[in-house]
Amino acid sequence: MNEMRQMIIDSVTKIMKDVCTKEVINESEKGVWAGELWDTLAEAGMITVGVPEELGGVGFEYEDAFEILRLAGKFAAPLPLSETYIANWLLARLGKEASDEPLTIQIPGKGEPMRLAQTDGGWLVTGQVSWVPWARHAKRMIVLGQTDAGGAVAIVPLEKARIEHGQNLAGEPRDEVSFAGAFVSDEHVIAVENLDEVTEFLTYSGAAARCVMMAGALERVLEMSVTHAKERTQFGRPLHRFQAIQQQIALLAGENVAANMAADYAVKAYAAGKLKHDIAMAKMRVGEAAGTAAAIAHQIHAAIGFTFEHTLHQSTRRLWSWRDEFGTESQWGSVLADHFMAPDFGGIWDFLTRREA
Amino acid sequence: MKKLQLSVVTFSEKEEKLRQEVREFLAEERKNGTFDPKCDTWLSGYSPEFSRKMGERGWIGMTWPKKYGGHERSAFERYVVIEEMLASGAPVSAHWIADRQYGPMLLRYGTEYQKQFFLPRIARGECSFCIGLSEPNAGSDLANVSSRAVKTDGGWILNGSKIWTSGAHHADYIVALVRTSPLNPEKRHEGMSQLIVDLKSPGVNIRPIELMTGEHHFNEVFFEDVFVPDEMVVGEVGNGWKQGLAELAYERSGPERFLSTFPLLQELVELIRESGQKHLMEQVAPLVSQLWTLRNMSLGIAYMLEQGQAPEIEAALVKDMGTKFEQRVAEVARLVIAASPSMTASRRYERLMAQAILHSPGFTLRGGTTEILRGIVAKGVIGS
Repeated sequence: MNEMRQMIIDSVTKIMKDVCTKEVINESEKGVWAGELWDTLAEAGMITVGVPEELGGVGFEYEDAFEILRLAGKFAAPLPLSETYIANWLLARLGKEASDEPLTIQIPGKGEPMRLAQTDGGWLVTGQVSWVPWARHAKRMIVLGQTDAGGAVAIVPLEKARIEHGQNLAGEPRDEVSFAGAFVSDEHVIAVENLDEVTEFLTYSGAAARCVMMAGALERVLEMSVTHAKERTQFGRPLHRFQAIQQQIALLAGENVAANMAADYAVKAYAAGKLKHDIAMAKMRVGEAAGTAAAIAHQIHAAIGFTFEHTLHQSTRRLWSWRDEFGTESQWGSVLADHFMAPDFGGIWDFLTRREA
Repeated sequence: MKKLQLSVVTFSEKEEKLRQEVREFLAEERKNGTFDPKCDTWLSGYSPEFSRKMGERGWIGMTWPKKYGGHERSAFERYVVIEEMLASGAPVSAHWIADRQYGPMLLRYGTEYQKQFFLPRIARGECSFCIGLSEPNAGSDLANVSSRAVKTDGGWILNGSKIWTSGAHHADYIVALVRTSPLNPEKRHEGMSQLIVDLKSPGVNIRPIELMTGEHHFNEVFFEDVFVPDEMVVGEVGNGWKQGLAELAYERSGPERFLSTFPLLQELVELIRESGQKHLMEQVAPLVSQLWTLRNMSLGIAYMLEQGQAPEIEAALVKDMGTKFEQRVAEVARLVIAASPSMTASRRYERLMAQAILHSPGFTLRGGTTEILRGIVAKGVIGS
């Protein structure tokens, strides 16, 4: 790992430890914006990572951004960090400037493209999308739209939206966003040749992001379970002395290593611009690990881990949420199956050993 | 808590070129009818002729120094060759153990004489080894070995027995872990040594133990006053336990820990393609993502080994998860495309499934049972 990446990891870890406390996470669930955490990350230059400086970013590489997201997952940071990264990366691809504001995107499959009607000096946006992450706290949303001429991407201020609050299993905002003729100026609407490509970009970016976030959360879940097994005593011995518990910890460690490995390869593929099967397989494997590991961690923690007072749920509820976003195991499995069924498929061994992702 | 982390690996052009060479060789061999793909061939695919052909190609002892008959190629070039062999179901058992385990052990602990004598023969595919660890009263509790060697003029007199010894009836040598000092109950792992025993020595008797399929791979090997010359002691007398442990990360993390049933998976995928039924392929997709992950983990460990690290916990994980995966392949396959598995079936799919099912109990036993491995992982993760 290069020195700069290690510095980023160290710096973000420190911020998370200092600012992303149990209370901040729980308060966020009650609707309080974790503003101090966002501002601290922004001041440290951790918001526009992966966006070139000439487009208003701090530079660095996608890999650096994914390391930050892994930590955000590990510390259950209650922020639209992945959504902002993906939004800024998409804007950068379209030649638009990035900013330090909290942004959000729509998760593919959660709504039809919105209607964009041309008006004097701009466009009127009309449409509705559900399950928009953090919409109530984000400043702007990247909207997929349809003009009379074709596909477009619009950067729409959320103050013009009607927002119905919703939440995922972890209590993270997943809101319904409706625009009824919201005005957007010309420079914030970008025509795109193929809207499906943008959808695909969002899907693969989101899947890769959820992979590393879950990998981080899995790391946390393992750490907590090991600590609990060392500290908790029953029948006169710490839990970890029981073979039955050791077997569970080993399984948990295995899921943790497998998920982190899969996520690493997803990042590698993403950074190489290969939004393809490696990311699909990673999302499948990490999603599988999420369910297995959450169940084991709760079994090890027993009743205390089932309470709101304990912090285990901050990670496990996120695992249960994130595994369903940007493609479940079976949805990605179907994508793989299409590929395996194609007439020009070169066989399963060739597929597994090929260098191209 | 110990942090577990594995590296991301990318194969080089050179390694990919080698992969193509290996594939061409395998395609040619199959065309000539040298072998029919089978599951679990590193245990059951015995062919000294095939091993010699691999030796001629320079595909045994690939990473060893040239002066000992090796080829000084990278660990990843070796990885490419062995994974291609396993995936194709080629008969590699005659040289597998010597190539994987005892060549590297001799390079690390062997005398100059041992290296010069054994390594070139192994690399040519002309000298095969078997593993002498388990005994009737020493299974998972290996420190309980009671085979015993007593010092005599110019060597050792060995008495005792080894059991579950795969391939002893074909092998030239066994590396036996034996007591060279009486058992000290306080320090059970001390006082053991590794001896190379010529299986043609007087006093060696090999009794077959049939597997439940009726196949003969297992044996019990008896030693009755067998003379083992001093030059056949590996490393230090009394250091056998530690020497054996050092090899475990190699033994547990290789592709033979998740590819034993790959030929069945491959056949299954081809049959589904022929059927044109995508929904069946969807049931196989999770296996592919699991296998992809396992292979990447195994490669990550190979990288760490190459860097001189000993990732024993990670290796134990690969073995645990990989062998469970090997078993799962048959369990998924039988529900996706129904078959009447039989060792004597004429359909390859049904034969492969029979091999996968009937060999499957061994996957999670050999090289450390799942339960022992998980104990190692848990203790390693929890730390002291």
